[in-house]
Amino acid sequence: MRNLLSKFGQAAKLPTLSFALAFSITGLLIAFSDPKVLAKIGSPLEFIKSGLATIRNSYLALFQGSIFDINLARGHNFFQGFYPLSETIVISTPLILTGLSVALAFKSGLFNIGAQGQFIFGAIGASYVGFHFQLPIVIHIIAAALAGTVLAAIWGGIVGLLKARTGAHEVILTIMMNYIAGYFIFWILKTKTFLRPGRFDPMSPEVGLNARLPRLAGDNLRIHAGIFIALAAALFVWWLLKKTTIGFRFRAVGANAQAAKTAGISVPIVITSTMAICGGLAGLGGAVHILGSERALSPDVAGSFGFDAITVALLGRAQPLGTVFAALLFGALRAGGRTMQANTGTPLDIVLVTQALIVLFIAAPNFVRFVFRLKKLSSSASLTSKGWNG
Amino acid sequence: MSLELRGITKTFGLFTANDSIDLKVEAGKIHAILGENGAGKSTLMNIVYGLLKADSGEIFVDGKLQNISEPSDALSAGIGMVHQHFMLIPVFTVAENIVLGHEKIGKFGVLDIAAAREAIIKVSKDFGFSVDPDAIVETLPVGIQQKVEIIRALIYEAKVLILDEPTAVLTPQETDELLKTMQELKRKGTAIIFITHKLREVRAVADEITIIRRGKVIAAVSPSTSEGELASMMVGREVDLAPDRQEHEIGEPILVANNLSVRNVSGTEVVKKINFELRAGEVLAVAGVQGNGQSELARAIVNLEDHVEGSLLLDGHEIRGLSIYDSLHAGIAYIPESRELDGLVSSFSIAENLILDLHDQAPYASGINLSAKVVSEQAEKHVLEFDIRLQSVSDAVSTLSGGNKQKVVIARELSRPVKVLIASQPTRGLDVGSIEFVHERILGERDAGRGVLLFSTELDEVLALADRIAVMYRGEIIEIVDSNVSKEELGLLMAGVVNEKAVS
Repeated sequence: MRNLLSKFGQAAKLPTLSFALAFSITGLLIAFSDPKVLAKIGSPLEFIKSGLATIRNSYLALFQGSIFDINLARGHNFFQGFYPLSETIVISTPLILTGLSVALAFKSGLFNIGAQGQFIFGAIGASYVGFHFQLPIVIHIIAAALAGTVLAAIWGGIVGLLKARTGAHEVILTIMMNYIAGYFIFWILKTKTFLRPGRFDPMSPEVGLNARLPRLAGDNLRIHAGIFIALAAALFVWWLLKKTTIGFRFRAVGANAQAAKTAGISVPIVITSTMAICGGLAGLGGAVHILGSERALSPDVAGSFGFDAITVALLGRAQPLGTVFAALLFGALRAGGRTMQANTGTPLDIVLVTQALIVLFIAAPNFVRFVFRLKKLSSSASLTSKGWNG
Repeated sequence: MSLELRGITKTFGLFTANDSIDLKVEAGKIHAILGENGAGKSTLMNIVYGLLKADSGEIFVDGKLQNISEPSDALSAGIGMVHQHFMLIPVFTVAENIVLGHEKIGKFGVLDIAAAREAIIKVSKDFGFSVDPDAIVETLPVGIQQKVEIIRALIYEAKVLILDEPTAVLTPQETDELLKTMQELKRKGTAIIFITHKLREVRAVADEITIIRRGKVIAAVSPSTSEGELASMMVGREVDLAPDRQEHEIGEPILVANNLSVRNVSGTEVVKKINFELRAGEVLAVAGVQGNGQSELARAIVNLEDHVEGSLLLDGHEIRGLSIYDSLHAGIAYIPESRELDGLVSSFSIAENLILDLHDQAPYASGINLSAKVVSEQAEKHVLEFDIRLQSVSDAVSTLSGGNKQKVVIARELSRPVKVLIASQPTRGLDVGSIEFVHERILGERDAGRGVLLFSTELDEVLALADRIAVMYRGEIIEIVDSNVSKEELGLLMAGVVNEKAVS
């Protein structure tokens, strides 16, 4: 157990430090972008004082908007104070699933830029089954989620098949497939099947009551059971990669496709099935988003869940648990950013800068090591073991 | 000019790579440094060349103490180095590579290449090289690329030339040529430090031999010392250079190729209608100069090649066109030419690499569940059986030495039921101790009644192991001869000269 903890600590060290560094720099940005602070530039003491106050207020608002808001708790019941946390989790839930989609592809040596398109098809499949059919409770949810997942798995699988058969690069394929999916959803929302009766703007009917994921904390908080589906999916990806022969093949192809091929592993099958599973995960994200919080299909249902997923997977080092944490962090920044803008006037864009900085530092580990005076990954350690000879 | 090292010590953590090493190299002498992989030869040379900093010790050039902390210091002290992996930019021309880092600017700020071109032509003439200064490096054969490195050192007036395992990447012909070049350099007064673990080459050209083992100088001996003695000093125990090959009954044909042809991606026929019969209990060596179709033939047998025609019968059953998986499980063990690229997943653990081919079979897997416990238990067994030296089976395989990596590949391939072993350059880049082990294993398979198809460019290896030798030249088997053929005859055959007497 202690061993496991120290291993986890090692893995989390760099992201945590990057996080701290990013927030320090963002703090400066917040202070310098506030005209009230800049007005006091004449007297340094006042300038620093008001700068620190602005930073504190902004980060307080960020916390209030993402975790707990005492003002909300006072007015209603105590639980209502957790409304921000509920919002954080609502945003994080689809992000965990799309993040896992990208992370799993990374592990197989594939760069899945297509989570966005796969998410859209997941949302289309789930909403169609959700509003078009009347099924018993539980079964309706399963059927709708499954429809979205399978549709997106096919959508992702096409990319894998094309790559395996023709050698076309998955990055180009997925980017193009994103465009197709993005315009496909516009078109389908204009068809009779999908357009909500009586509406002229592109919006589908709401999914049936039986198809909605149950809310976890009453009607005032939007948090829904989708978070459990997302966590189960993370567990599934971990199990698949670590405990099964399928995951073994995925990882082998990801690490050295040529050696995997020589040992008899079919690289085309691995590529196709990886992309299908990745598509399914992102599609499940779309389905959960529809069934849990959106309830109806709209053209911008996917937001930037599919693109943020790439950042989330990178930040989570393509590990399932890491991806969950990274998605929660991004969800919190998103939810908190709105409150920050509303309460303190700090622009929402600052949050995007923070996100970018975190990823930048993760991508440049030696810079973070330099800032915190940590030892570089010692090259002597590997040399030592090379020295022994049989 | 002379180079002297006194008390060079270098440690990495707890491991002492160099332990107070003394060495003296004189002008006009070839000084061989002999040692196994990981003995500390490369560390020592990287210190001399300024790539690593010694913990203690001194370097003298012509009796003067030198402070060498980076390669430019070494260069200005007259020390040049040709690395095992060439430091050339493949898409640049020879001349561009040579001026790299010493660029001179001519009129209008344009790079002045002409001077370098002239210098290359002059050095080439002086030493009898034929190197075109305008050739793109990546289009040149490896042997010529190496000459470009040597020319670079000579142009910058290296008086001490370090050659780090220069023959590891060369064909026998290129090796002979390099040895001639070294003697030419020596005659012109260059001091050469020749790093190697190949005994024959050392005895052929060296004036002095220093043997290093586990970071220490073990002995300084003369080149008249026998190969056996040199090997035992290197390894630290008695080494059997000529493996014991018992005569025994050869069985029925087990792998039969009929008019087997292989085309590469560009459609060129690289293996041309080859016929052979490999019998149970024999080693059939496929000898030849690198690039005569041997690699493709080896790959075709496990169906790694896409465009293959003809027939390939394993134990009477057609195996051409099977999947790689089915080929391997039909009873073929395959030791690929490049263990790094084709043999191992270097970021995977040793235990995982040992089951790369068997991961979906019992006892490792039931259904899609992979049992990590069984995998590591079985790995421990293999480690004992194949004497793989490691700290833990869960370490990445990349932490192992070349010899131990190859043992992992061999252990894995022989853990399936095997009828035929295809070994492609199985000892390339290995040290004496590991070569001995690989040879014993190959003969072990032969004695157990398996057929062994050995692809090798090393004449000594072919002659030591083979029962029969098929010589490949330009995609064809031009002769199949008995193993009592002389080295000279075999060399001629490999060069494509068919001699009536050599035919059996």
